[in-house]
Amino acid sequence: MNRRRRSENLGLIAPVEARPEMQVWEALNLALDEALAEDEAVFILGEDVGLYGGSYRVTQGLYARYGEWRVRDTPISENSFTGLGVGAALVGGRPVVEIMTVNFALLALDSIINMAAKLRYMSGGQFTVPLVVRMPGGVAKQLAAQHSQRLEHTLANVPGLRILAPATPQDSYWQLRQAIDCDDPVVFLEHELLYGKKGPFDREAEPLPMHAAQVVRRGRDLTLIAWHRMVDVALEAARRLEDEDGVLAEVIDLRSLRPLDMPTLVASVTRTHRALVVEEDCRFAGFGAEIAAELSERCFTDLDAPIGRVAGADVPTPYNGRLEARSIPDATQVVQAVRRLLGPRE
Amino acid sequence: MQKSRARAIYHDLLLAREFEQAAAEAYTQGKIAGFLHLYPGEEAVAVGTLHAADTGDYVVSTYREHVHALVRGIPARAVMAELFGRATGCSGGYGGSMHLFDRERRFLGGYAIVGETFTVAIGVGYWIAMNGYPDAVLCYFGDGAANQGTFHESLNMAALWKLPVLFVCENNHYQIGTEIHRHTAVPEIHRHGLAYGIPGRKVDGMDVLAVWEATREALRLIRDGAGPQLLECETYRYRGHSMADPGAYRSALEVAELAARDPVTQFERRACGDGWLRPEECEAIAARVREEVEDAVRFAEESPEPQRLEDFVYAEPFRLYGEESA
Repeated sequence: MNRRRRSENLGLIAPVEARPEMQVWEALNLALDEALAEDEAVFILGEDVGLYGGSYRVTQGLYARYGEWRVRDTPISENSFTGLGVGAALVGGRPVVEIMTVNFALLALDSIINMAAKLRYMSGGQFTVPLVVRMPGGVAKQLAAQHSQRLEHTLANVPGLRILAPATPQDSYWQLRQAIDCDDPVVFLEHELLYGKKGPFDREAEPLPMHAAQVVRRGRDLTLIAWHRMVDVALEAARRLEDEDGVLAEVIDLRSLRPLDMPTLVASVTRTHRALVVEEDCRFAGFGAEIAAELSERCFTDLDAPIGRVAGADVPTPYNGRLEARSIPDATQVVQAVRRLLGPRE
Repeated sequence: MQKSRARAIYHDLLLAREFEQAAAEAYTQGKIAGFLHLYPGEEAVAVGTLHAADTGDYVVSTYREHVHALVRGIPARAVMAELFGRATGCSGGYGGSMHLFDRERRFLGGYAIVGETFTVAIGVGYWIAMNGYPDAVLCYFGDGAANQGTFHESLNMAALWKLPVLFVCENNHYQIGTEIHRHTAVPEIHRHGLAYGIPGRKVDGMDVLAVWEATREALRLIRDGAGPQLLECETYRYRGHSMADPGAYRSALEVAELAARDPVTQFERRACGDGWLRPEECEAIAARVREEVEDAVRFAEESPEPQRLEDFVYAEPFRLYGEESA
């Protein structure tokens, strides 16, 4: 009886409506609501996505609206429920799997890497895997080493996957809709500290291509390349550089890690002649190394300095708040790195 | 038993045996590469279960799946050509022995990581149940796979949501080289279902008719809405785990004892004794199977190789460094 009453109460919380300003979690909720309404092949599964409404409220109200078969609470069995998504995708479903955090996705890598990424190829193109795996991650607020990881480096190396990393409410909405429409497996990275971020929202605006990078601040002196929460860090650094040094930094939000929109990066760096990658993940063998290497090859003769990188420290994330803050880049670190990169200015 | 059914079962048993012999031969000649896991001794399981299935049912199998593919109706030519890595293979030469696929026949692979079949099967079962379709899923796994977490996770979800999945254990008593009493605390695999409320049944996996009957019953229960079922077929593989394994961990006596209950000769005796098949009919079927397998090898040898490295990675191809999205 208790269970039933709770369920009815929760049913009163509706999914969110589109508004001119939205938070990231709301934009994701709206995208899921629309996808469920438009296509009966779409269904959601994961831990606490149903009755509870999602750990970050992203699936709020969807269970009541679409029922338990289309918004399914799963047992704590990450590899098997992700594999369930793969199996359903093979035969016509368009599952959206939520893994509560990227850290738990390590348990599901068999389903993602050994199956989702390979089944189309291994079957000689007979089967497609239109699967979206959403996973929040990144360093949040003192969640300690097992709840603070970033897995870009692990996933970006896998042929067969696409990887998205939206940083704004608008992109979260567009890119999730595009990911669900896509016939390939998409890893959809969300950042735990971005869920509450507000931004302008226009449902009717013409979407950017799913994998396009975007110049979010124009500049001429160097290019800051970032994704996810580091976009905001880079923007703050750019404002300070302009105020304090008169330096105009261009900032690019990658939005997609695989594929990687090199033409947008190259166009910027050939104008600015300098680039710095700002990465929350650890530096060693990280995704930033791929960007730096590729840019160095393509823009060698245009560069006035080696491509720089500011990245996370080479440590498991500490619990202590001050140490945690030191383990990932902040605007001050970026400003200092830019000053080193530009050298003494006349 | 109808005569036509008996003929078809006999054909498939012989085809299973002959096909694998030909594959072994081609492997020793260097015409097939990679890992090759053969099925002799276990034929009654694939033949018995798949003869009881409907054409609308889905099949999810392991890396020892040539015979499942053949019984499901994938032509011997397409299976052999896949082993040879040819473009005419059922996976276009991209999958190989462990990754046979056939969309049209609802044959969903060929999985080479032990324990993956469970998760794929419950996914297909979920889709069927969500849409109220009449189909079922046959999910194959070996005794060793029952030790993977996915077995327990998937049985739990299958039971929780009453998914139409028949879990078929091909218990050949060996997890590669480790005998079952050395790899599981509860060697009666069918009893593992009880922890999740899934009815488990054990059947003589050397007896194709017993497997056929048990599968028909299990699928009837599933279609009646009873939820997932678990069928343990006790069987034996005569050869090593793969062509790379000489099987030194077991005695010749053990292999000989099991071979005395050979599923093919057992059925042959029964079918002739009960008058379903006449000796000359058996001989005609055997001749047809020999021709079929020889033809498959010839076809595979003469087939072209796949040419394009990067086809099929993505349904909607793109450039990795984004040249088109600028």
